[in-house]
Amino acid sequence: MKKLIAMLLALVMVMALAACGGAPAEEPAPTPAPEAPAADAPATEAPEAEAPAEEGGEAIVVGFAQVGHESDWRTANTKDYQTVFSAENGYDLIFVDCDNDNAVQIEAVRSSIQQGVDYIILAPIQSAGWESVLQEAQDAGIPVIVADRQVDADASMYDAFIGTDTKVEGVLAGNWLAEYLNGAEAKILVIEGTIGSSAAIGRTDGFNEVAAEHPEWTILDSQSGDFTQAGGQAVMESYIKSYTDFNVVVCQNDNEAYGAMDAMDAAGITYGVDGDVIIISYDATHDGLQYTLDGKIHCNVECNPIQAQYVADIIQQMENGEEFATYTLVEDQAFVAPGIESEYAITMTQEILDGRAY
Amino acid sequence: MNKLRNITKKQLFLPIISMILVMLINVLFDIIDGNAAFDFFAISMKNGVLYGRIVDILNRGSEIAILALGMTLVVSASAGTDISVGSVMSLAGGMCCMMIAGFGVTSVSTVAELAHPIWFGIVCGILVAILAGAFNGFLVAYMKIQPMVATLILWSAARALALLLCNNMIVYVRMDEFKVFGSFLGPIPTPIIIAAICIAVLAAVLKFTALGTYIQSVGINKRASRIAGFNSANIILMCYTICGLFAGIAGIVNTSRIYSADTNNIGLNLEMDAILAVALGGNSLGGGKFNLAGSIIGAYTIQAITTTLLARGVSTAQAPVFKAIIIILIVVIQAPPVKEFFKKRSARKSAVKEAV
Repeated sequence: MKKLIAMLLALVMVMALAACGGAPAEEPAPTPAPEAPAADAPATEAPEAEAPAEEGGEAIVVGFAQVGHESDWRTANTKDYQTVFSAENGYDLIFVDCDNDNAVQIEAVRSSIQQGVDYIILAPIQSAGWESVLQEAQDAGIPVIVADRQVDADASMYDAFIGTDTKVEGVLAGNWLAEYLNGAEAKILVIEGTIGSSAAIGRTDGFNEVAAEHPEWTILDSQSGDFTQAGGQAVMESYIKSYTDFNVVVCQNDNEAYGAMDAMDAAGITYGVDGDVIIISYDATHDGLQYTLDGKIHCNVECNPIQAQYVADIIQQMENGEEFATYTLVEDQAFVAPGIESEYAITMTQEILDGRAY
Repeated sequence: MNKLRNITKKQLFLPIISMILVMLINVLFDIIDGNAAFDFFAISMKNGVLYGRIVDILNRGSEIAILALGMTLVVSASAGTDISVGSVMSLAGGMCCMMIAGFGVTSVSTVAELAHPIWFGIVCGILVAILAGAFNGFLVAYMKIQPMVATLILWSAARALALLLCNNMIVYVRMDEFKVFGSFLGPIPTPIIIAAICIAVLAAVLKFTALGTYIQSVGINKRASRIAGFNSANIILMCYTICGLFAGIAGIVNTSRIYSADTNNIGLNLEMDAILAVALGGNSLGGGKFNLAGSIIGAYTIQAITTTLLARGVSTAQAPVFKAIIIILIVVIQAPPVKEFFKKRSARKSAVKEAV
């Protein structure tokens, strides 16, 4: 009897394994998506979308090595790609979720090269170490479009870059803080993102550049919260014990900001427009902007995840042999809590939040 | 003198010394920084809750301690490690939040939105973890697969399954009734209480039943135990199931801390910390005799290192290096050749004394 139960258990688990085995390769397709993704991003359904399908026959095969799904931002980004590069639009998207694992991503790009896809889109997890893979793609004659984050390789190694300049975001946050404080003293704690990621490097560099111009600012400490809520919580918990006197907390993504707010709640420190501590966050996800609207986060700098259409445009231009931009920056904005007016940022309202595509 | 020597011979002596040494690093740096020498150990009440670095260590170390309990049994009985516990934590958390919020929903914050009651979600989360543990145990005990290979399956699959359950999203349960397991119960952080209950229950079971002896005898010699009348396979299966149960509890605690199933990150690499905790506690990874208290001390030692690095503001890029250095020192101190060396030296000394 016991053995029978054990066998049954094993069978259930094996079936569960089989169910998820195919998942990473073709993500949400197998499950009937309860919330229609198409309705989420009407703006990206550009007029030219039908064009490639009419050309008839061959779908354009695109391999996309995505970072993972570590945050709400990434999920919005993935959804955008899946909407734009759909079968109806004449694409065959080979989507690989690399789960934040650099080695997996390198393998994913290699396998795309071996499969002989038409285009490779790469959203690099780490910026370093791509030379050899990019060379392989070049040898195979497959154009590579680097998306979202930068790579440390010569620009001749890939065909185009589309993304946001995280350093500009850092500068934007710094400029806003300078305007808001208007010469007042600032004691700043920074919760960085994942070490070595270009978002963390750029946001730190940009912010520090502005901070260097302000002798009245002191950056007390800067440690990594790994872009996660748990990380932000643990780092903030420790900061509160190390530094009794601080008035600005900079979190390099929204999830870290949620964690930092949890830790301050527990210690009875007030934050937000009505509190003692100014919180600056990046990403401007839906939840993050809700906190901005509620006045908990002072300033939320956007990193626009709606990038797929830019990539699709470039692929179309390549297909038609037209000239294309090799370096495209997606426009970023900043949002501030109601009651704050800024020349660098948009004051948050319910309409803005409702009108967001993600 | 003899008494002192007896104390140093105890199995728990070195783990405890290691933990104290890690804490002393803080005293040293507090003095250098000009703070009060025992700043690190100060515990106070702030905002109605316990507040201090020691509280942080006990609080944040809860998950590792709970995992280390199950890992100790697994190591003892099967002379192998369960490397799936981190992923099973994620599976339990994902299952729990998915059940509470409903499939495909990313956030719930009122009772009306709940698909199932909170207790039901937690029970489901823990049940699926027990099932995962039983699956591991079945592979190891009955299929005789190497523990590391057997648990490798769920190491990768459990997290993938969790992601699937949560529809690849972070599922938030913004309810105080759920947050309580990761925040505070009265003035005390709840994870500390949960860890204490887990430790107390397992310790009581081992003390008042013969289970501990069975596990050790199976670990020392499986065949001999079977001939002596134990059902070795069943005992191994049970150890893995208990390990799954504890992984589930740790997963719920971790999920409740951030009131969301961040399945990508819950319990990430925690299996390594759990195994390390068992080793730091002076337990042999070759199975057989075990010491539960050692593993628990090991778990909090690991958290003490992490908290120390955070407190000292070691730059995050360098933190792993310092952690590695501290761990190498602890492991080397406990290595048999080093122990042997000190034993010989003290023997030589006493011999010289006698001769004089």
